[in-house]
Amino acid sequence: MIAEALFFSAVLFTIGVVGVLTRRNAIIIFMCVELMLNAVNLSFIALSRLHGSANGQVFVLFVMTIAAAEAAVGLAIIISIFRHHKSVDLRNINLLKG
Amino acid sequence: MYFDLLIPSQLAGALIPDLILIIGAMLLLLVAVWGPETMARARLTGMLAIGVCFATFAAVVWLWHGQATASAGIIAVDAFRWATDCIILAATIIATTLMIDYSEREQLVSAESYVLLLLAAGGMMLLAASRDLIVVFLGIELMSIASYVLSGLDRRSSRGAEAALKYFLLGAFSTGFLLYGIALVYGATGSTDIETIGSVVTGANFNNPLLLAGIGMLIVGFCFKIAAVPFHMWAPDVYDGAATPITAFMAAAVKAAAFAAFLRVWIEAFPGATAAWMHPLQWLAALTMVGGNVIALQQKSMKRMLAYSSIAHAGYLLVTVVVANALGASAFLFYLVAYTLATMGAFAVVIALGEPGERNQQIADYAGLWNVEPWLAAAMAVFMMALLGFPIAGGMGFFAKFYVIDAALHAPHPQTALAVILVIASVISAGYYLGVVLVMFMKPRPADALVVRPVPTGTFLVIYLSAFTLLLFGILPNGFAALARESVPIGMVSSPARAPVAAAASR
Amino acid sequence: MNTLLYTFHFYLFGLISIASAVAFVTRKSPVAAALWLVNTMFCLSALYVMLDAQFIGAVQVLVYAGAIMVVFLFVVMLLNLGQASDVTDMRGLGGRLTAGLVGLAMLAELFALSRIKFPRLTGAMGDHANVVNPISAPLFHEYLLPFEVTSVVLLVAVVGAVVLAKRGPGAS
Repeated sequence: MIAEALFFSAVLFTIGVVGVLTRRNAIIIFMCVELMLNAVNLSFIALSRLHGSANGQVFVLFVMTIAAAEAAVGLAIIISIFRHHKSVDLRNINLLKG
Repeated sequence: MYFDLLIPSQLAGALIPDLILIIGAMLLLLVAVWGPETMARARLTGMLAIGVCFATFAAVVWLWHGQATASAGIIAVDAFRWATDCIILAATIIATTLMIDYSEREQLVSAESYVLLLLAAGGMMLLAASRDLIVVFLGIELMSIASYVLSGLDRRSSRGAEAALKYFLLGAFSTGFLLYGIALVYGATGSTDIETIGSVVTGANFNNPLLLAGIGMLIVGFCFKIAAVPFHMWAPDVYDGAATPITAFMAAAVKAAAFAAFLRVWIEAFPGATAAWMHPLQWLAALTMVGGNVIALQQKSMKRMLAYSSIAHAGYLLVTVVVANALGASAFLFYLVAYTLATMGAFAVVIALGEPGERNQQIADYAGLWNVEPWLAAAMAVFMMALLGFPIAGGMGFFAKFYVIDAALHAPHPQTALAVILVIASVISAGYYLGVVLVMFMKPRPADALVVRPVPTGTFLVIYLSAFTLLLFGILPNGFAALARESVPIGMVSSPARAPVAAAASR
Repeated sequence: MNTLLYTFHFYLFGLISIASAVAFVTRKSPVAAALWLVNTMFCLSALYVMLDAQFIGAVQVLVYAGAIMVVFLFVVMLLNLGQASDVTDMRGLGGRLTAGLVGLAMLAELFALSRIKFPRLTGAMGDHANVVNPISAPLFHEYLLPFEVTSVVLLVAVVGAVVLAKRGPGAS
């Protein structure tokens, strides 16, 4: 089942990446990032099972904590941009333009 | 001094500088929020933050001087860590000093910003020490989350909010790649400890697709953090939109810490897979050097020009990662000192010439600066020359580039092509660095030019001390270079036997 | 029979999670998107349990679906973004082209990964009655330092969120 789990994880990660690159709504982009982190967590769990050690599960706990911290700061940033623009649309902020 | 890292009390001993910094930041938080929010309290917090940095600095020097060693473990206790810590702390002290003057001018009351600067520095010091990919991840997150907040610090500024959002979304996106890379490397090797990974990854098994995909993802993740072309798109807007002292902090310290972790992971964990990452990293380095400089050439705004210049310098530093040996690591440290002083000095000049409200400063605004503020113009010229790598007038900058080229040519796989590209890229960069100098010295001061305000004491000290240090060690670089040569990561010292393995893998 | 049932359920949850993820990225309304994402997270939690990570499965439901996603929905409601805007929020051709290329690169990586042969799983990983011990031992010994660092990260997040979201004298 390891190969299947890694496959599902890679597909979910890809969906998250494509979502970040195609959407414009800041909140949805942030949720796509959360999907990417979840995909990585699935990999960690599967690989932890493969190696027969619980270390991978410990990493997942760290990732969840960091995701929570990121959510707090990220949503605060989104609220502050909403105060300026009255929208969270990234039309004026091109993520891919340097 | 010897620390057994498996015993918690001794682990804490090996982390004394980090603990001083983080506990100091927590106490400072109490000072910051104890009473009403006033400028005086913010200023006091800033002063105390500089004090905490100096205390941490003393602890670092004490451990470095005492030649502390430790058992293999989750963090490194080696000269590379101490040297990087010193650079990070110096950058934090400079950024805090600039921030005190800047917030006074902009009437930005934010005592918490100094706490966040210190905590970000704590994450950076952790990165410099980490010998485990999980610690790398946590260090990067600690540093990044604090930096996201710092870039959006000025709530009145709409550009600051946009910068924070862009930085946050692309930062979190890149964290995903970094983390996926860590997961795949963990899957391929069964460990996240970079020493164990280094012993498992040898020429024999580097064809493992799990490992190759993991290394690829790690490269993407790290390149986002160091803003290498084509993963640089966040940098110019973020550097442009954030408050200038924070920009200086991000361009110098954040980049330095991410690079230190990148370098350590690369030379300790993956020397056995050289064939897998050599070509991608070479291309990234070349693209970053040429791309950063060519775009910088077209900039009219001073801050954007410096932003692209910092991208180009990431390319020069990437060359030392490609070299990935002791020579590369010492060239890296020497370069980092010169780059940090020159970049932060240049941003300090930008702050000194700034007006309340942070008007977008153009390069053309520097016309005739020599006629009104000769010392400021001279200092700016030194910083530009140092970034260019000009001999004598550029001080340490020249030797920094010289050591990088030297390391590239004397690597186990000589990087002649990269050395040539580095020289060509530097010639391109002369176009805009010397352009600033020419504008300052040759053009007349326009009649409607703004009157330069008196430079506040902190900014004054930062500008002239940076310029002086650059020039001094440009004349006497040997002591500094010797120190850098001794400060290589522990993995390079303890296992010289790995070099032949790396050579065998690439054949 | 037991193995067959296990395999069936594994594929079922895996495919539902992917289908929900596709539904999530294609929804226009942030509320609908968030709910599909919660569904993905529930399926992942089931997969965790099937991969002998029961504790993580529980934490996934509590922390991710229960706390983080609720905060997302809370912000969506707070900013009154529940209604999808009339104009499409998809990026222009350049963005979609980049996304397509990146997607293709990721798919290539996926094929590379599927070439690996993994050993068959034999037996359970540990004692089913005791699922927390194997996690807590490394968490408080080997990974004590990372564990402590997460507390500092959370402190930064708290301070940062307050700094960004408060309406001080300087706020507009």
